[in-house]
Amino acid sequence: MKGQVLAIVLIIVSGVSTYVMFLSTMDSLTLTRDAFYREYGFADAFVSLKRAPESIKKRIEEIPGVQAVETRVVAEVKLKVRDFGEPVTGRLVSLPERGEPRINRLYLRNGRLPDPSREDEAVVSEAFAEAHGLEPGDEAGAVINGRWRRLRIVGVALSPEFVMQVRPGALSPDYKRYAIVWMGRKAIATAYGMDGAFNDAVIEMTQGARAHELMARLDGLLARYGGLGSYLREDQLSHRFLNEEFKQLERSATIFPAIFIGVAAFLLNVVITRIVSTQRDQLAALKAFGYSNAAVGAHYVKMVMLIVAVGVIGGVLLGWWFGGKLAGIYMVFYRFPYLKMTLGPGVVISVALITGLSALAGAIFAVRRAAVLAPAEALRPEPPARYSRSLIERFSLGKALSQPTRMIIRSLERRPLKSLLSITGISMSCAILISGMFSGDSIDYLIDVQFKRSQKEDMSVTFIEPSSWKALYELQGMEGVRKSEPLRAVPVRLRNANSSYRTSIQGIDPSNTMQKLLDSSLEPVDIPPRGIVLTDYLGEMLGVRPGDMLTVEVLEGARPVALLPVAGLVKQYIGISGYMDIDSLNRLTGEGRAITGSLLAIDRERIGAIYKKMIDMPAVAGTAVRADEIKNFYDTQAEVLLFFTFIATLLASTIAFGVIYNSARIALSERNRELASLRVLGYTKAEISYIFLGELAVLTLASLPLGFVLGHSISAYIAGALSSDLYRVPLVIKTDTYAFAAAVVLASAVVSGLIVRYRLGRLDLVEALKARE
Amino acid sequence: MANEAVFSIKGLTKVYRMGEVSVHALRGVDLDLYDGELVVFLGPSGSGKSTLLNIMGGLDTATEGHVSYRGKDLTRAGEAELTGYRRFHVGFVFQFYNLIPSLTAKENVAVVTEIASKPMRPEDALSIVGLGGRLDHFPAQLSGGEQQRVAIARAISKNPDVLLCDEPTGALDSETGIVVLEALERINRELHTTTAIITHNSDIAAMADRVVHLSNGQITEVATNSVKKPPREIHW
Repeated sequence: MKGQVLAIVLIIVSGVSTYVMFLSTMDSLTLTRDAFYREYGFADAFVSLKRAPESIKKRIEEIPGVQAVETRVVAEVKLKVRDFGEPVTGRLVSLPERGEPRINRLYLRNGRLPDPSREDEAVVSEAFAEAHGLEPGDEAGAVINGRWRRLRIVGVALSPEFVMQVRPGALSPDYKRYAIVWMGRKAIATAYGMDGAFNDAVIEMTQGARAHELMARLDGLLARYGGLGSYLREDQLSHRFLNEEFKQLERSATIFPAIFIGVAAFLLNVVITRIVSTQRDQLAALKAFGYSNAAVGAHYVKMVMLIVAVGVIGGVLLGWWFGGKLAGIYMVFYRFPYLKMTLGPGVVISVALITGLSALAGAIFAVRRAAVLAPAEALRPEPPARYSRSLIERFSLGKALSQPTRMIIRSLERRPLKSLLSITGISMSCAILISGMFSGDSIDYLIDVQFKRSQKEDMSVTFIEPSSWKALYELQGMEGVRKSEPLRAVPVRLRNANSSYRTSIQGIDPSNTMQKLLDSSLEPVDIPPRGIVLTDYLGEMLGVRPGDMLTVEVLEGARPVALLPVAGLVKQYIGISGYMDIDSLNRLTGEGRAITGSLLAIDRERIGAIYKKMIDMPAVAGTAVRADEIKNFYDTQAEVLLFFTFIATLLASTIAFGVIYNSARIALSERNRELASLRVLGYTKAEISYIFLGELAVLTLASLPLGFVLGHSISAYIAGALSSDLYRVPLVIKTDTYAFAAAVVLASAVVSGLIVRYRLGRLDLVEALKARE
Repeated sequence: MANEAVFSIKGLTKVYRMGEVSVHALRGVDLDLYDGELVVFLGPSGSGKSTLLNIMGGLDTATEGHVSYRGKDLTRAGEAELTGYRRFHVGFVFQFYNLIPSLTAKENVAVVTEIASKPMRPEDALSIVGLGGRLDHFPAQLSGGEQQRVAIARAISKNPDVLLCDEPTGALDSETGIVVLEALERINRELHTTTAIITHNSDIAAMADRVVHLSNGQITEVATNSVKKPPREIHW
């Protein structure tokens, strides 16, 4: 029984630890985020505008529901860091002249805040500082409003505003190429002509404030100052990314523990039922000595609870440890200043209850079954089990089957529920593996679609402000640039009935070769000369179909509003936006033939020279290299993915092993006598192994297709749950993933088979001839 | 009765270690069994008769001494050799039948005929024990006596050289027991299979050619019956 108890404990440990790992990570990260937001005053509402006099701050403060306002000057900046040859873009955020900001306070990891009287002091974000090994005292170059400046780094900090430090429009954080820089208000204001003015405000709301009313008033107030429309936390970039990540984690934290605990509970129930029934003679003996049913039952319940307690304690400890590891991985991406690890009593109590109750149910059921027998009856061996001819035999084949094969089939068919449950258990482990790994396949597919079929440029360049086509020809003439195509992005709010969405419209030149729109079957489609094309997900969000009319509010320049027909929907997995013919878009904004950036095809060997030029071009706000973006995206995902694969493999093989080994051990104890009898009759070890392991093999093989189907369904559920406007997860499962899942299950089966086979070799033949097992 | 010894047993000793206690199940047994004879081993429980039969059947090993079967030393045979010996030469009948519950009567016999070298048809073996009409019944559908007769059919179906029966009537009432004994007697008579029957029931000894009395791991007496009683005339 030692082996079986160990297998039960292992199953409980893996079920409980997965449950605890996910839930404690989830709880800890949420707790950490909430604490950081609270302690450092994360803003409730945000707004950017062109330029407003500082006196407007008072007017904002008067809006009902506003608790506090912080006005700021925020600008895009280009940085040059020591020997890092690529341009770095960053966001420059002003700090108040005196004291700390009231909203979005900085957590200073190192150094100090800038001295207001010094124009060259800056605090940089920790992630960026780490990526380049920057410390207080170091210097960096910056192009601020077109002029070169030398910045002295005096501090390294974190902010609740930039927990996810993602460049707008990027897929994932890139700490090397994107920075947050904080400087004194005066220094920035002077450089950008914002003396006595601001272009950004963050707002803390009172408790119970009516957010939408507040925003409407705010937008009304700022409209004449070029307000770009206020938004709440839920639309703030860092918070949104974080939210999506949390949502993903929460899904995993629901699905995986449910599966593990479910399988563990089932196994526990089966095994305990079996252990109690193999001890029915001992039970009868106890009763014969005068113990009551309740006393006998209590004995088994205690035994079961002891096993459960060991498993739960081990599982909680291991899960806590795993949780720390997992949270640690996330902490690399989420820039929190600290991690508050927590393990809610609710998590421990719920997991102990689920495990305890399922074990108890198994024990009580088995004890009851054994206890209803009169002691004398229980002391007699069990009568031969009832069998009948199997269905398979009735249909055909009957004659051709050998007796051992018949035994396999009949044993499986005699208890179809038990066989089915074993198959379900094994297939679950297969499904867990598939659903733990499919995201890797999906990412490959997503990258392939996005960067090989849709975005084919080597590098994209964005300008500081809309420019003429001349800029394009300048780029085209640059050494190493093979081709340059126009890029036009216009910030807009799209509206249909009650739904609206802030995004940008990309202007596409019909002759573009590097940016392709894809239809639902991923075939390239041309941009129609009129109307707007939407990402299918956006169309769904807004509730529009091709042919419908959509209100487009341009959020820059003269801010025109127009009603445009939806000309089509396109497939896109990353981000969502609208697309228009570039000329048609420029007609809408009324800004002539303007471009806001360019897509380039370049010679990779010349990239160093190109970077050098770009850093020196004041009109260039930033560059993005496709290959870097892909690599960065993979790097971000890789560690999490690897961890998930590792955990899924570890736990799934434990479960597969647990199910198979226990089925085998149970079958062995049930058939011990039968197999020994066959050995007595002259069957070789190999021949009885066939009967015994054949049954396991049938169960295992039958569970694979079911596991594939279950894995596919669970993956589909996860993929659906993870889809958001940031990205959609296509459901793609490669053959490799199926093969790996099958291989892990088969390997677990083989290992359990070998262990049981070893026991088969040591059957006590003489013992089997006596009445008892 | 031919004079050739099928089994030749010399100085056979078996010591079991039960935890810290040594149990001497056999203490130097010498005995020859001859071709075609029916021998009954008689003794109280613990006398060592089952141990003796198990060693003769290749199910157990000896601590000392030798058992040879037709000149082949079983006490020196390896695992595979013993399996082959059981497979091709020995027919077993046990007190608790040891049938396979998932197989019908016919299939239980076929389990053995499928791997034997010169088997009879399972139907024929079952006819010999009077179960020709119950071929397709599962053990759970048969009475104890019927189950034991299936076990006998299974034992004889390979045309074994020896038939070893350990308390074949032990779990049966006397009436059913006699039917089983008749089957054994008939096989011995018609097929000339050397047959050893273990029992603690002295009444059964009357049907034997020879009766070996065992007590405390030793042979106390070997008696020859001048007249064999047919089982039908035995009562207990």
